[in-house]
Amino acid sequence: MKKLILTLVFGFFFCLNSTASENEETTKDCFEKLNKGIFAFNQGLDKAIFKPLAKGYRILPSPIRTGVGNSLNNLSNLTTIPNNILQGEIKLAGQNTLRFVINTTIGILGIFDPASSMGLEEYIKEDYGQTLGSWGAGPGCYLILPIFGPTTSRDLVGTVVSLAGGDTWYNVTVRNDTQYFSDFDYYFSRVGSGIDFRAKNLESLDNLEENSLDFYASVKSLYLQDRKQKVLNSDVIINTQDDSDWDDLETK
Amino acid sequence: MQKFLKLNIFVLLINLVIFYFPAHSEEPKIFIETITKEASKILSSDISKFEKMSGLKVIAKENVDIKGIGLYTLGSHRKNLTDSKKKEYLDLFNKYFLKSFSSRLAEYSDPKINVLSQKKLNEKYTIVSSILLATDKRPEVKIDWRVYTKNKEKPLIRDLIIEGLSLARTQKEEFNSVITSSDNGIEGLFSNLKNFIKN
Repeated sequence: MKKLILTLVFGFFFCLNSTASENEETTKDCFEKLNKGIFAFNQGLDKAIFKPLAKGYRILPSPIRTGVGNSLNNLSNLTTIPNNILQGEIKLAGQNTLRFVINTTIGILGIFDPASSMGLEEYIKEDYGQTLGSWGAGPGCYLILPIFGPTTSRDLVGTVVSLAGGDTWYNVTVRNDTQYFSDFDYYFSRVGSGIDFRAKNLESLDNLEENSLDFYASVKSLYLQDRKQKVLNSDVIINTQDDSDWDDLETK
Repeated sequence: MQKFLKLNIFVLLINLVIFYFPAHSEEPKIFIETITKEASKILSSDISKFEKMSGLKVIAKENVDIKGIGLYTLGSHRKNLTDSKKKEYLDLFNKYFLKSFSSRLAEYSDPKINVLSQKKLNEKYTIVSSILLATDKRPEVKIDWRVYTKNKEKPLIRDLIIEGLSLARTQKEEFNSVITSSDNGIEGLFSNLKNFIKN
């Protein structure tokens, strides 16, 4: 616990010193050449492994895929709930705890989502990167990790916090030697999440790649917009989009 | 009797001014509903992909501010362009946009879009919210339309915000990357656009 708090606090100051706040537009691509190299490697890996797996996963009947998606979402509550608390969203933390309990029991290990049918608010994932952002830490540098893809230095610190004890699912599977779960369960769920995400975005990612002049730049822009929106928990792209570039355009 | 008739004509004229003319200014929500219905009709019809793309291009030419998006996506670079280069760019962008837009949409067969609500940001912009309903292959997608309403009789689409991600902004950052990473600056973008249009 002490290690976890230290990592989080150190991460916060590291990110706070490294860059400007979320509201500022630019996120530096500090290692652009390296990032582009890893991006190309990941694309190769995607074409060889992840895309075929996602296509295979798509063949499964829709109720099975929905069940897998629900189950993975349910597990992510174990990271979301502590982050709700760290962001001061105590009521939401309570609701998500209730959601987790209902879906794990009545919903049979999260395969079904009775909590939503009972009227609990829409579930929104939170992570330690978002918490650091909500505390005022800027995104830092844009990074591409092998296999895992786009991130920022702040989000990378968030991942370290998860692995240092912030993710209960990781703790009960990999970190601690419990008799109920094994390392395999954790890695299986992580790979499952990746394939589920890829399967849901097969056409849209292909479409984006086919119609982009610079696919790397498009992915970077979309990732950073998405993270910004998640950190601020609002429709910021709509409400704060900089109109200055539009202002002097009088076209029709 | 004549006085009564005059009064009636006067009232009729007033009614025409008050009710008829505003009826011509289109509500952004209805505007988007009409477009999505038209596009949906094309995409669900039993015609070739090429024919679908042609139909979608007609809709885009009429309802999207392609010139405005083109200038926006150039960002600060547009200030360094001469008039002739700007004209060349806008011509290329128009072709690029229509090809890219129609080919992206032509992949969707029979999309069902529910237009939900509209939110006026200011005199120039209204955001129309809609949902692309889920299918077996993909989850539900939230789509917001940024409608330019300066001319109320002719609203135009300036951006699509899919799950909170602005396509105009993505395009702008993509073009900026092409320009800054090319040795030839803006000419590098021009040659990329030409290649895309040709292929």
